[in-house]
Order: sequence, then structure tokens, then C-alpha cells
Amino acid sequence: MPSQEIIIEVSNVSTSFGQHKVHDNVSLEVKRAEIFALIGGSGSGKSTLLREMMLLHRPDSGKIKVHGVDLTNITEAQGQSLRQHWGVMFQHGGLFGSLTIQENVGLPLREHTDLPDSLINELAEWKLSMVGLQSGVYGQYPSELSGGMLKRASLARALALDPDLLFLDEPTSGLDPISAGEIDTLILKLRDMFGLTILMVTHDLDTLWQVSDRVAVLANTKVEALGSMLELSVSKVESVRQFFDGKRGRSAYAQEQKISELHI
Amino acid sequence: MKLMPMNAAAFSMNALPNLAFSGAWVTSKLFDMAEKIHGMPRIAELNIIADGSEIEALDMSGAWVMHSVLNRLSTQGKTITYKGFKPEFAERLEIVAHEFNRHANASRDIKITPPSWLEQIGITATKALKEAKDLLSFVGEVSLMIVASIINPSRIRWRPILYNIREAGFNAIPIVGVLAFLLGVVVAYQSADQLRNYGANIFVVDLIGISMLREFAPLIAAVIIAGRSGSAYAAQIGTMSVTEEIDAMRVLGIVPMEMLVLPKLIGMVISLPLLTVWADMLGIFGGMLTAKTQLDVSFVDFIGRLVKAVEMTTYTVGLGKAFVFAIIITMIGCFQGFRTHGGADSVGRQTTRSVVQSIFLVIVADALFSVLFSILKI
Repeated sequence: MPSQEIIIEVSNVSTSFGQHKVHDNVSLEVKRAEIFALIGGSGSGKSTLLREMMLLHRPDSGKIKVHGVDLTNITEAQGQSLRQHWGVMFQHGGLFGSLTIQENVGLPLREHTDLPDSLINELAEWKLSMVGLQSGVYGQYPSELSGGMLKRASLARALALDPDLLFLDEPTSGLDPISAGEIDTLILKLRDMFGLTILMVTHDLDTLWQVSDRVAVLANTKVEALGSMLELSVSKVESVRQFFDGKRGRSAYAQEQKISELHI
Repeated sequence: MKLMPMNAAAFSMNALPNLAFSGAWVTSKLFDMAEKIHGMPRIAELNIIADGSEIEALDMSGAWVMHSVLNRLSTQGKTITYKGFKPEFAERLEIVAHEFNRHANASRDIKITPPSWLEQIGITATKALKEAKDLLSFVGEVSLMIVASIINPSRIRWRPILYNIREAGFNAIPIVGVLAFLLGVVVAYQSADQLRNYGANIFVVDLIGISMLREFAPLIAAVIIAGRSGSAYAAQIGTMSVTEEIDAMRVLGIVPMEMLVLPKLIGMVISLPLLTVWADMLGIFGGMLTAKTQLDVSFVDFIGRLVKAVEMTTYTVGLGKAFVFAIIITMIGCFQGFRTHGGADSVGRQTTRSVVQSIFLVIVADALFSVLFSILKI
């Protein structure tokens, strides 16, 4: 369960692309072993915020600290060590097309450790089986896999270095409900068993209800609301209401109500 | 956890039967652990006590490696008791133990043997034959498309044709001109010494005229265009097939061949012969300059001789070749583009293949033409 230790600290971050303002003084904190979700409509700057946390984009002003390291004036060496402590699963996989699935997962280990090849292969196979991929596909190339398999393989690669922080960009989008459910279970298992801190961008209401501890709603360049799904579901803020009052939002909420009744 | 320093993973067998694990068993601190495990001495004790009280951290890879230490001992028939492991570490070890056994069983089932050299030759040969067959059927498809367009000319897309003429033809004028000019200079220069020895200075005109019009101009133009436009065709069509644009065309009822190949083919068939004429002119001009400076053949003498030395057929043979080369380059470029499957590196591979194959086929065709023309005495 989440502790009080802060892993990611975003304070007063502003970002704009040309005239278009994406973030205006956005602040939030992610605690250790927390599953934190960023939601918001298209163009609300969720992905940009995520990219800023992973050192892929620099905010115009404000400060982001990851593991207590300020990303604004980070040195190359600090950046490298930080990168080995997080894993990233990209929306479209981001797997290298010239490598097999197993080589993709083994690549971070080959780059950053002195482990022998045989061990790296074993570890890669294990990570792949952990995300639910069958051994038949390990030798295949990303172009030969389905979208769902790519997501799983990408997750396995994100886990290759046993990171303590995991960034997930739309982990369940484009997956069938069963696979999405399995990914949800896996995310929970990783957090409970290995104490991973997980930050994800998602639109999947089921995932949000099942998995997330806290959710930040980005809208109108700000964090409009922040809290657990239960807290947000009774929020009066308009942008949050839009999210819950849509047809899909209502059905996911209803389902959640049924599930919690069963548990009681 | 801040990014604090951790001690390297280690295990000690100094106080047997105590097997003491210490340090951080995490991916970045495992270092040469695999070698250490490999070099573990055989021990006499039958009952081992695994002591986990000094372990600072244990991640998934660390647990895997730690388990392989313990597994090695248990396969030697030792009994292991655990002591001092934090509950979460013990739990992780247990998960790994389960996975480890499953993995050991699974990896025994799968045995992949690389093909023998004979099999390899067979595979390569089959692939090459298959590709040749595919190329043939591609040529057939395009031919049918051409026939269909002739029957129904309103389906011809004029705008892309003009665009292709500008891209492959007009924009290539400077580079083709410069290279043809230099080629003319070089050929004349190399022959100057020999001709002067025999006092046959004026024959430089025959040499330049015939070699340029018949061989060099079509060839140099074709090689440049293969590198310039053939590769672009392969890359464009390849990228489109990777991003499912080709499929999108098909489902929208647009025939990709008609949209992508035909305009390129028509554009190229018009551009390359024209570029060859341009290369003819610049090549002869290059030779003419060298002839004047090196062999004292004046421009007037040169042109006067050129008209007599070079027959009309020499010129038309060159243009005919250019026409064929244009078809080869476009067909190979588009064919390799359509063969792209998978990701970005496949686009690169097919583009390279398109350039290599089209230059290869252009030169082979040139050689065949020489044989053919000598038989026909043209």
C-alpha cells in the first residue's frame, strides 16, 4: 500500500507549444507504491506531462523531481542512473523492429549490466512469461505480433531492469477485455509484491476503477480534481462530471457499485 | 527510496553450514554473480542454512539469481532451511522458485537447431526463385493495368504523372548534366595520349560520339536515376505499406497499382530518355573541350566530323536503351516497395535492395543489348 514517501513531485509546471498553452502551474505528487492515474480529454496534456517526467520533454517553467532528483538541472550521469530506475511502456509498444521480442526485453540488461547472455535470456523469458506471453512468440519480431501481444512485450521490456517506478501510457487501450483485465491484475500484482510505484495515463474506466489509488484530472491547463475514483465520482467539478456522466462512465460506475455490493 | 548507494550482492560459505547472503540482490548490483555461482565449490555438509538477514534489497532478477544458487545446492541433494529472510523477500523467492521450475521444464521441450548448410542453400535458392516469380507476376499485373488504361484513358492520372516528371526528370537535370560532362572529359582525356601517338587526333570524335550516345549517356543517367528515384519509390511505397496506407487504398476501392505505379512508370519512361538526350549533349561537350585543349581539335572540326562519324541509329539505340532502363528502374523500385513488410528497418532493407537490383539489372540489360545489336549488326 502507498507510503508517505514522495517519488514524483511536480510543482508549478507550465508548458506551451507556441501560442497553445498546455499546462499552467500544474502541481501534483505521487507517493511510493501508489498507482496514480492521469486522465483528461484529448489534448489536455496528459502525455506531455508524462513525457516531462521521463526526461523526454522539458517544461517551460516549474520543477519536476523524480526520486528526489530535480530534472531541471540534471546532469547526464544522473539522468542515466535515473533512467535505470524506471521502466516505460509506450502506447504503441516502441519495440525495436530489428530485434526479436526476447532480444528487445534483454536489451536493457545487455546495455546496463554485466550479466552473462544465458542469464539475460532466462530473465527475459521469465519477464515475458510474467506478462502472459507464450514461449512460441519469444523468437518473433514485433511486426509479427498482434497489438495486444506488443503491449505485453513492451511491458516486459519496461520491467527488464526491475525498476521501482513504472510509467504506463495507455496500458490497456486496444486490448480485448480479457487481456485488459489480465494487465490490470498484473499491475496490481507488481505493486503489491514488488512495491512498484506506477504512473499511468489511461482512458479505460474499468482500469481506473480496478487499479488506481488516486486519479488526477487534467483539464483547462490545470489539475481540476485529484482523488480516488470514489471521491471523484461525487465531485461537482464540471470536467470531472463530463467524464463520469457519459454513457460509458455511468455503466462503469454502475458495474463498480454492483461489485462492491457483492463484496459487502 | 532515494537513489542511495547499495552494496554489491554477495554470498559467503565461510561459516558452513551457514550460507550467508548479503548486499543488494538487484539487477544493477549482481555484477559477476553468474561466474561466482559457476565456480561454487562442492561442499560436504548435507544440511544448509540459508541466512537472509543481511540482504538489503531483493528484486526480481536478484531473486532469480539467488534461487539459482539455492537450486544448485538442492540438486546436489542438500536440504536447505531458511533463516532471517524478511517476509516479502521470502515471498519473492517462492514466486521465483515456482517460475524457475516451470522454466526448467519448458526449456527442455524447445530445441531450436539452426539449419545445416545444405538446408541453408536450399532456403536461399527457394527464396530467390520465389522473388523472381513474384517479380514476374508484378510485371504481369502492371502490364494488365497499362492495357486497361489504354482501353479507358480517362483513368490515367495526369497530375501525378506530371509531378513524377518534375521529380525524377526536371530536378535531376543538374546532377545528370554535371556527371555526363565529367564522363565526357575523362573518356576523351584517357584516349588522348594513345590517339596522339598514332597521329589520329580527329578520331577522338568517333570515340566520344559513339561511346557517349550508345553506352555512357544512357548508363550514367540510368544509374543516377536508380539511386535517386528508384530508391525514393521503394521507400515511399514501403512506408505506405508499413503504415497501412496501401490497405486503406484497397478498402477505399482505389487500386494501389494504378495510383502508385502507373504514374511513376509513365513519368519515368518520359523523363529518362529526355535526361539521356541531355547527358548526350553534355558528355559530347565535355569531350569536345578536352579534344580542343589536349588534341587541338577545334569545335568546328569536331562537329563536322561528328555528323559523319555518328549514324542516326547510334543515337536511337541509346534512347531505346534508356526507355528499357526506365521500365526496369521503376518496376524494381515499386516492386521492392510493395514487398516491404514489418517495420522501419524493412523499409531500409527493401530500399537498398531496389537500388542494388535495379543497377544490376540495368547493366545486365546493357550487356544483353550489346550482344543483341552485334547479332543484328546495328
